[in-house]
Amino acid sequence: MSELLLYLSQPFAQHALLAASLVAISCGLIGPFVISRRMAFAVHGTSELAFTGAAAGLLIGGNPIAGALIGSLVVASVIGLLGVREHERDSSIGVILAFGLGLGVLLLSFYRGFATEATNILFGNIFGVSNGQLLALLVIAIGVIAVMTFIYRPLMFASVDPEVALARGVAVRGLGIIFLFVLALTVTAAAQVVGTLLVLSLAITPAAAAQRLSAKPVLVTLLSVLFALIASDGGIMASLVLNTVKPSVLVTSTSFLIYIVARLFGGRVKSRRAEVVSV
Amino acid sequence: MANSRHAVELKGAALELGGRAIWRDLDLKVDPGEFVAILGPNGSGKTSLLKVLLGLVPLTHGTAKLAGQIPRRGSSNVGYVPQRQSFDTDLPLRGRDLVRLGLDGHTFGFGFGGAEANGIVDDAVEAVGAQEYADAPIGLLSGGEQQRLRIAQALVGDPQVLLCDEPLLSLDLPHQRAVSNLINKRRREAKTAVMFVTHEINPILEYVDRVLYLVGGRWAIGTPDEVLTTEKLTELYGAPVDVIRVRDQIIVVGTGDTGMAVAGAHHSAHDHLSARRK
Repeated sequence: MSELLLYLSQPFAQHALLAASLVAISCGLIGPFVISRRMAFAVHGTSELAFTGAAAGLLIGGNPIAGALIGSLVVASVIGLLGVREHERDSSIGVILAFGLGLGVLLLSFYRGFATEATNILFGNIFGVSNGQLLALLVIAIGVIAVMTFIYRPLMFASVDPEVALARGVAVRGLGIIFLFVLALTVTAAAQVVGTLLVLSLAITPAAAAQRLSAKPVLVTLLSVLFALIASDGGIMASLVLNTVKPSVLVTSTSFLIYIVARLFGGRVKSRRAEVVSV
Repeated sequence: MANSRHAVELKGAALELGGRAIWRDLDLKVDPGEFVAILGPNGSGKTSLLKVLLGLVPLTHGTAKLAGQIPRRGSSNVGYVPQRQSFDTDLPLRGRDLVRLGLDGHTFGFGFGGAEANGIVDDAVEAVGAQEYADAPIGLLSGGEQQRLRIAQALVGDPQVLLCDEPLLSLDLPHQRAVSNLINKRRREAKTAVMFVTHEINPILEYVDRVLYLVGGRWAIGTPDEVLTTEKLTELYGAPVDVIRVRDQIIVVGTGDTGMAVAGAHHSAHDHLSARRK
């Protein structure tokens, strides 16, 4: 315990926790929409291609984060152009993902620097966050929070009830494209914490856990943010104590544990609701 | 000119989609509080007519007016009950949230606060008798319960016209009755005009003022007794069609390979398709 407090007084740990919290809030906010819009595969696809972008960034300018950002925004644009509708979207993501990932591997094979730079892209390197990166994460998080707060209601309408939303004057397609870009930014930020391979543990799992506990939309969103914060900050603190285990492993494990607990506990809530319904 | 104010008015209306004429020269005036059933085979443009009135599809020729105005997306004069869609069972949305989206889901902002808005939603939920299950997740409700909430959602903004697209599809008989009854009650009490697309006239026959029957670009309008006759439908279809009345039910026979029967035909091809699509 005293060991943890000692670590927490160090700037590198404080930076890591701040960065992880910013990422967690963004991920927690978009999570419920990722699920209701069935975009888990889009999250995965975007993050895999953030890897390709990061590999390119590393090779060209030694800057994987800028590369990842550009990569995920390009992917969001391509997904938006190829089809926002669900079945079209899945196949187009599959096509881009397979090609992009191959390209990323090719780019990495040209890279002659440290091999850890490459694994950092895949599995995250939260303790290596620089001041500049922290600032970038802060800007991204504030942008995501601002946009999501503003479009929350119409986006929910467009996500759960698109036909009536369209008739009521909601810009269903426009909101879908805005959400794609918000998602791309969030995924790039999250990749810094857990790596591109494990982004779903912050973008889906906390929201999935929250859904087991409540059906109130606003409460689910708040719980999703809370669970993402517990998973990312808790995971990082645990890895400070168990300093042989990578933080991303502990973040994903904590997130999974929260989901399991929510499932065990939440199943009861759901069935009680079902009884109320059938009476 | 209050007397010229119809709930819905179409003049010489024609619609073409992808170069194909759906219907043309359509003239129709619907009074406030009137209940109009829209019948016809698949592809005859029933849903498209609703989309024109919602401002989602423009007319190719002619004019359309809804509550005296040109139809536009997002108009508060119109309530819409779409064709049934299923909700995921774990969707974090309660019945009352669905109703609430009908009230202010199109406005920007976060959350669903406000005592006044909550009161309006409560009233809308109560009007359709859905208080008991309005707080349960929407995906766990039965089709009939969801449909009641759909009607509450469409009516929560107090529209002058209610557009319903097959609201009774795949509901059992008691729920068909309950849902039709609700819609009828609303148009009697609040003078809301109802345009009701359906494959089955019988569940709503006692409420319907007029029937608009669309077939292959042609159309007929009138009371059910005027339109649903052997002569009239034979003329519309251009092929022999028989209309049989059994007790207070209407059965239409011989609408051919369109896979469609107006009334009473529970096992039409369309119903099978819908069931499978679910």
